[in-house]
Amino acid sequence: MSFETAGYQLAPVVPELVLAVGSMALLMLGAYRGQGTTKAVTTLAVLLLVATGVLELWLPAGKLVTFGGSFIVDDFARFLKVLALIGSGVTLVISTEFLADPSRRIFEYAILVLLSTLGMMVLISAGDLISLYLGLELMSLALYVVAASNRDNAKSTEAGLKYFVLGALSSGMLLYGSSLIYGFTGTISFAGIAASAKTANVGLVFGLVFLLAGLCFKVSAVPFHMWTPDVYEGAPTPVTAFFASAPKVAALAVFTRATLTAFPGILGEWQQILVFVAIASMLLGAFAGIGQTNIKRLMGYSSIGHMGFALLGLAAGTPEGAQGVLVYIAIYVAMTLGAFVVILAMKRNGVSVENISDFAGLSRTNPLLAFFFMMLLFSLAGAPPLAGFFAKWYVFVAAVKANMFTLAVIGVLSSVVGAYYYLAIVKTMYFDEPAGRVDPVRVELRTVLAITGLFNIFFFAYPAPLVSMASAAAKSLF
Amino acid sequence: MTTWPILSVTTFLPLVGALIVYLSRGDDEAAKGNARWIALWTTLITFAVSLLLVWRFDPSVADFQFVERTNWLAAGIAYHMGVDGISLPFVILTTALMPFCIIASWKSVQQRVREYMMAFLILETLMVGTFAALDLVLFYLFFEGGLIPMFLIIGVWGGPRRVYASFKFFLYTLLGSVLMLLAIMALYWNGGTTDIPTLMHTAVPRSLQTWAWLAFLASFAVKMPMWPVHTWLPDAHVEAPTAGSVILAAILLKMGGYGFLRFSLPMFPLASHDFAPLIFTLSTIAIIYTSLVALMQEDMKKLIAYSSVAHMGFVTMGIFAGTMQGVAGGVFQMISHGIVSGALFLCVGIVYDRMHTREIAAYGGLVNRMPLYALVFMVFTMANVGLPGTSGFIGEFMTLLGTFKVSIPTAFFATTGVILSAAYALWLYRKIVFGALVKPSLMSIKDLTFRESLTLFPLVALTILFGVYPKPVLDMSAASVQQLVNNYNTAVTAVKAAALLQ
Repeated sequence: MSFETAGYQLAPVVPELVLAVGSMALLMLGAYRGQGTTKAVTTLAVLLLVATGVLELWLPAGKLVTFGGSFIVDDFARFLKVLALIGSGVTLVISTEFLADPSRRIFEYAILVLLSTLGMMVLISAGDLISLYLGLELMSLALYVVAASNRDNAKSTEAGLKYFVLGALSSGMLLYGSSLIYGFTGTISFAGIAASAKTANVGLVFGLVFLLAGLCFKVSAVPFHMWTPDVYEGAPTPVTAFFASAPKVAALAVFTRATLTAFPGILGEWQQILVFVAIASMLLGAFAGIGQTNIKRLMGYSSIGHMGFALLGLAAGTPEGAQGVLVYIAIYVAMTLGAFVVILAMKRNGVSVENISDFAGLSRTNPLLAFFFMMLLFSLAGAPPLAGFFAKWYVFVAAVKANMFTLAVIGVLSSVVGAYYYLAIVKTMYFDEPAGRVDPVRVELRTVLAITGLFNIFFFAYPAPLVSMASAAAKSLF
Repeated sequence: MTTWPILSVTTFLPLVGALIVYLSRGDDEAAKGNARWIALWTTLITFAVSLLLVWRFDPSVADFQFVERTNWLAAGIAYHMGVDGISLPFVILTTALMPFCIIASWKSVQQRVREYMMAFLILETLMVGTFAALDLVLFYLFFEGGLIPMFLIIGVWGGPRRVYASFKFFLYTLLGSVLMLLAIMALYWNGGTTDIPTLMHTAVPRSLQTWAWLAFLASFAVKMPMWPVHTWLPDAHVEAPTAGSVILAAILLKMGGYGFLRFSLPMFPLASHDFAPLIFTLSTIAIIYTSLVALMQEDMKKLIAYSSVAHMGFVTMGIFAGTMQGVAGGVFQMISHGIVSGALFLCVGIVYDRMHTREIAAYGGLVNRMPLYALVFMVFTMANVGLPGTSGFIGEFMTLLGTFKVSIPTAFFATTGVILSAAYALWLYRKIVFGALVKPSLMSIKDLTFRESLTLFPLVALTILFGVYPKPVLDMSAASVQQLVNNYNTAVTAVKAAALLQ
């Protein structure tokens, strides 16, 4: 079967095409039938994401390249795309309650999540700087709007605006860096850059720094993290859950692919940058989280720290490091979605509560919720035998193999500091007196929580599938 | 030899018990009773299964027995379990003490009984697993996993300063362990595996030995605890519920000493030899300094906690002496201290349940109303002092003997610790048990109940039995200790000979 346009194979982009056409169709459905279709559109959007994921896995095995090398489907892309699709799908599922509120019946929400996911998929498969930028912008523009989706809420609007302004700035930096790289190598494709960038020259390094600055913004790594706590706190909780999961996967994916496939010749240059960024993120995530009283803000700092750990694996610049990043992000998505489900479930008389003190005595008012949250928190802290420990194991083992002992020591020490604020939440839930009953948890939240929580607790029993998939995915980059 | 995996069953049986406790719903008195009985039967059955290990164990073989192996994480990281003469006594100590902990909590814990019992059963799985793991990653998983239930035990069922104590316990221990984790990774890349028996026969470069040894020390010194990183222990002990203190003193502390025996000595013999003077110094300081501190305590649990630090000083000293007597004495001392300190905390718990204070000054003249208690308490006090005829004597004497061959000054200073321990232990005993019964609050205090006697008398019997007939424990570990000491000495003399030739 030849399925092509202008001489380019279209088979590798079938999942993206389906997602794009499907979201257009859903947009039409919503636009012509009005806001009453919110529920139907959301449900269909979840199904569309599932279908896209299935198609992605049905693509022929091996490395598929199209559009002259700007779009790559390899094991790496498959792994991360499926992960991003899961993140987006779960986000839509846990947004049901948010969207059920009559004042927020916005079918566009699901469409925006779909478009953003489309951007992520392009981003994950990006094989040159143009498709990187296209994917990044499609993803980000949709995210800016979603952040402000709670239209009548000043904080939500502020979050959207702040994210947009800072995001635009970072896109500018990224574009500037890309143009420098193009200027000094004469090509935009990653393979071409790798071929010509054998030694570092000033222009190339400048371009690299600006490119990495733009990417650091998207993964919310220090020193481009400032937006994270504000946006996490201001955006509606389901949206925060979304921000913390799927876009992080995509941004980390392009970070990994760009550094490892476009700049292997000047590894020493970007390694320095990543070492600094990783250390700064881990330390800031650990120390700045201590004083927080709002749980969503705390999760913002926590995510900064976690991105630092993931980048620590990347800083090693080895297949083990890439595998570490992939295992880390997969487990991180599960942990963070689970944690946000708990935050979503925390309601008193129909009103969401977001302060850490509101969790007081949860172990007695809702033992199961408290237990799962505790396990997720210990896992975020990296305590064995939970999944979070294995995530840290793979990135640190890569750093140790690359002889980056100082980095590894700073990393483990900051994980001890970070453990303090996770413990403080456990203390609030288990040691303190109850602060009143919480509402019963909705069934879709319970399902997601059970899946993520059990994955997190029992990962140790059978870690082989995820680890070997991540290993194969990492190898496809080298 | 065996058709079913006894070791895994021993390890994971308590987890099954915890699951059954979880499934027994309800919050009324009947549900509490159910939880207690399920927990008790689980620990008893686990103990019975672990006795099968003793029965089928061949003490003449120095290698690991009951070995089980399945693929797990990646190449070189497997689910590998097994015990030898060094780890088996600790496995038995753990399974044997758990029923006592459950019985001791029968009345004193009335809040959230189900969760309490589940935490203890999960902790038992993790503790047995720590001693039975033959893979470094698996070991770390069990070793660190124990922090979570213990954190909750101290924090939920503890005393007034439980939050401070639980945080200090968790963070202190975690801090030491993460450094060990990095050393484990370095060993993994050096040997291509984290399999403990393989690593024992893998040459480790001298520089890596030094760093890895220090990283392991960071973890085990905190766990043990050695001076000066012992400060979490008194807090944790004072705030933990009685059974929590028993587990802490009797088993969790032993993980440090076990770690030295299992990893530091066999895997890094040269670094162990180089750093032995450091350990001797720290051990001597621990023995003398914490004994003096113990003399000044006003809280019974704190006094016993400090005395534990001092006794652990004998263990580290004996282990790093690297002689047959020293190492065997270290193992024996740990087992003996596990029984004696556990029993002492049970004794404190008994009067605490009646009077709700642990202040030494609040007691006096208990012998008049509680003769049985006075007798039992005396046996354990004497064992704590190291009186000949009790198990405490054998361990201290052997470690001192082993150290004497290597470093006479260390042995000399450590021996003063024996005198000091007599001073604080006898002082505590006199203040609480002897004297006139003048305090009005004590006038109606009752002697041991049947339940309490049930927890204490078996321990009295064991203390005296091992004091006059220590052979069972020593024989069990002899072959493995012999092999450990031989390998250590071979490695050290080889390096010395090479240095002489140059």
